[in-house]
Amino acid sequence: MTAVVHGDDEHAHHPFLQHQFEDLGQQHEASILGMWMFLSTEILFFGGVLCAYWIYRVMYPQAWVLGGEQQNTLAGGINTIVLIISSLTMALAVRNAQLGSRRATVAMLIATLFFGSVFLGVKGFEYTMHWREGLFPGVHFTWHEVPELAPKVQLFMVFYWGLTGLHALHMVIGVGLLLWMIWRAWRGHFGPEYYGPVEVMGLYWHFVDIVWIFLFPFLYLIPHFGVHHG
Amino acid sequence: MADEHRNEHAAPHHITPLTTYIFVFVARAAGTLLTWFASTVDLGWMNTPIALVIATTKAALVILTWVVVIGSFVWLGVLFVLTFADYLTRFWAIY
Amino acid sequence: MTSVTYHDVRFLEPAKTRNYLNVDYGAFSWLFTKDHKRIGILYMFSISIMFILGGFFAMMMRLELLTPEGDLLTSDTYNKFFTLHGIIMIFFFLIPSIPAVLGNFILPIQLGAKDLAFPKLNLLSWYLYMIGAFVGLLVIILGGVDTGWTFYTPFSTQYSNMHVFGTTFGAFIVGFSSILTGLNFIVTIHRMRAPGLTWFRLPLFVWAMYATSLVQLLATPVLAITLVMLMIERVVHVGIFDPALGGDPLLYQHMFWFYSHPAVYIMILPAMGVASEVVAAFTRKKIFGYKFVAFSSLAIAFLGFLVWAHHMFVAGISVYSAMIFSFLSYFVAVPSAIKVFNWTATLYKGSVSWQTPMLYILGFIGLFTMGGVTGLFLAALGLDVHVTDTYFVVAHFHYIMVGGAVMAYFAGIHYWWPKITGRMYPEWWARLSALLVFAGFNLTFFPQFVLGYVGMPRRYHAYAPEFQVLNVMSTAGASILALGYALPLAYLLWSLRFGRKAGVNPWGAVGLEWTTNSPPPKDNFHETPVVTWDAYDYPAMLKAMGETQNV
Repeated sequence: MTAVVHGDDEHAHHPFLQHQFEDLGQQHEASILGMWMFLSTEILFFGGVLCAYWIYRVMYPQAWVLGGEQQNTLAGGINTIVLIISSLTMALAVRNAQLGSRRATVAMLIATLFFGSVFLGVKGFEYTMHWREGLFPGVHFTWHEVPELAPKVQLFMVFYWGLTGLHALHMVIGVGLLLWMIWRAWRGHFGPEYYGPVEVMGLYWHFVDIVWIFLFPFLYLIPHFGVHHG
Repeated sequence: MADEHRNEHAAPHHITPLTTYIFVFVARAAGTLLTWFASTVDLGWMNTPIALVIATTKAALVILTWVVVIGSFVWLGVLFVLTFADYLTRFWAIY
Repeated sequence: MTSVTYHDVRFLEPAKTRNYLNVDYGAFSWLFTKDHKRIGILYMFSISIMFILGGFFAMMMRLELLTPEGDLLTSDTYNKFFTLHGIIMIFFFLIPSIPAVLGNFILPIQLGAKDLAFPKLNLLSWYLYMIGAFVGLLVIILGGVDTGWTFYTPFSTQYSNMHVFGTTFGAFIVGFSSILTGLNFIVTIHRMRAPGLTWFRLPLFVWAMYATSLVQLLATPVLAITLVMLMIERVVHVGIFDPALGGDPLLYQHMFWFYSHPAVYIMILPAMGVASEVVAAFTRKKIFGYKFVAFSSLAIAFLGFLVWAHHMFVAGISVYSAMIFSFLSYFVAVPSAIKVFNWTATLYKGSVSWQTPMLYILGFIGLFTMGGVTGLFLAALGLDVHVTDTYFVVAHFHYIMVGGAVMAYFAGIHYWWPKITGRMYPEWWARLSALLVFAGFNLTFFPQFVLGYVGMPRRYHAYAPEFQVLNVMSTAGASILALGYALPLAYLLWSLRFGRKAGVNPWGAVGLEWTTNSPPPKDNFHETPVVTWDAYDYPAMLKAMGETQNV
């Protein structure tokens, strides 16, 4: 974000204070609230699909069990742990930015970037396997172990690809934002006075993490959740 | 949401102690393992509610630690409750 | 910091300074502007084109319905025309109308802020709007779409062979523009209020915009994701909503109306905000029951989320949930009625002046009340079965959307025109247009109540001959209405050059926007204002100006 310095340079303005704000405190609070509002939108965005997911889960419990059995629980579990670790490093990055230690901030952001990339790598691996197994909906869907339930299992896979794809898209955007934050932190933009962007980034990252915390049991662990097929 | 601070805001300097972060992390990791473990034990109809409770607790841990709880869950709740109100009663008998 | 109060208002002369219009020139200074006022103007320009386009399709439909035979348009063309009319008017005109034009321009000034909290996001939302509208309009050139603006499945996903994907994609993009506007407003209202401007000193337009923004923020994402699922189903041919493949078309309707019913409140809440401003300004009184009006906006925003399935009473939903939705629908009438009663009570013993904005708003109050009361007819399960998909429904929602939202939009444009442009519009012509719109509107849509009640179904290009008299009346009314809408376009443009200079406060109104120059300077105020007075403190202002007040 380019800083717009107020027209006349009578008083020394912080270089990152935007012209519409009175001071850095106001700017900070506005950006934090803005991210919270954005996340409220996101909750309804994911929540909309989850509502459809639950309707069909209640309608077709057996197909949902079969769909869940196609998932690699180990990969999903590892990814869950990886994301939780990345949330910790992200929180530490914010803390270090507040404390004004540049190197630690950069290091923690890079660690977050690393764990985020690991997550995406594992996800890519899972996607490849599903594609090979004919579990991509549409003309490529060739799964027919239980023929009479195949269309419903395909419906489950629509939600699987849709929800994890939407989540992965958020991760990719998060990785892009991280790269930007790393560059800014490296340039020494942040300190005890001004660390809003890192905190906003952190809120976003934790949100993406939380979404996964719900997706993991919904999509991977269903077979054991009290619905039985056969 | 506290928002009446327009005139008395210095940049917020509240710094969370390191131990809080570590505690949240350990609790969440434990929660994940618990979900995983719970899914391998057959508790009948109890499994789904248990998983939901654990996931929500984990989410709450994050949300409560970092800033505020959001009202948008209320709206999401409206979507779920009223939509299910249709599906769950659609085949009830009409007297 | 000096405080500008109403005591000084009268003596402020337009300073010979640069304003937001002449601070710099050229296309780029507009296309890359971050000034909320210029972005408001960009929106005004864009949605005016959309209004004309949507109006064209409406006129063509009314002409077709002049005779019982389908002789002007084929049934296919007619289907496309009512679809495009709906999509353009709702997604591309009404949703952004008052928030994105008047809200953008006036809201930060009413708060005493230099700009919205996120100016770049604001510009981005205009670009998203333009891209979405462009994609949507490309569809017209490519051959149109015939699903109705509701895109009901499975017709839209499996059977229609027209450009459903493009249209829904356009609506999807425009949705994000709406979300970003709402987000920006909420943060601005929370964080950017001038010193002294407490929540209960806020103008009611701000309260209304706050409630609107909540709806935009929390309803639009559900529409967005629903349209994504629709697009996936159409492209990949999986059965998310297709019963043949295990999906449930009613789920689409649930999720669509979860947005689209509250969307009505995105249109009408800002209109109510304008009404409160105008009623206070032209009766020279405090709004009766300020807090009730403020909180009823929030109540409408919330209750509006609880009623969506009254659009689906005959679609096959559970009778039990239909009863619940019917019951809940009645509740929305309460806060709406509170507002109407409070405006009426404000009029009582006020010194009402019959300027154009007031004429529009008096029309608004009447027409909105009719639209609201007929809405209660439709919320009643039994009656709804009788009139579903008839012209009764068409008339009802046009009373809300056109009689309500569009009337208030025109009121707002006239009320703030002097502030926006620095010029007065010609009062005589403007009053004429307000009267033409009111008369034309009623002649167009009142007969449709009757038509619907006696059984004429909507969305057909031909009808039984016994309906012709009422249809001819309706088409005649539409022609008057079109004239009423065309007049402002002409005289407002004329006023840009030949209008009388407005001065700081041509209406003698209270509010921060009337303490700065017309047009305002780039940062809205030369010095940050300090607010020491309540909203609509007309009695105190009149006293301060040494006038005697009629009690």
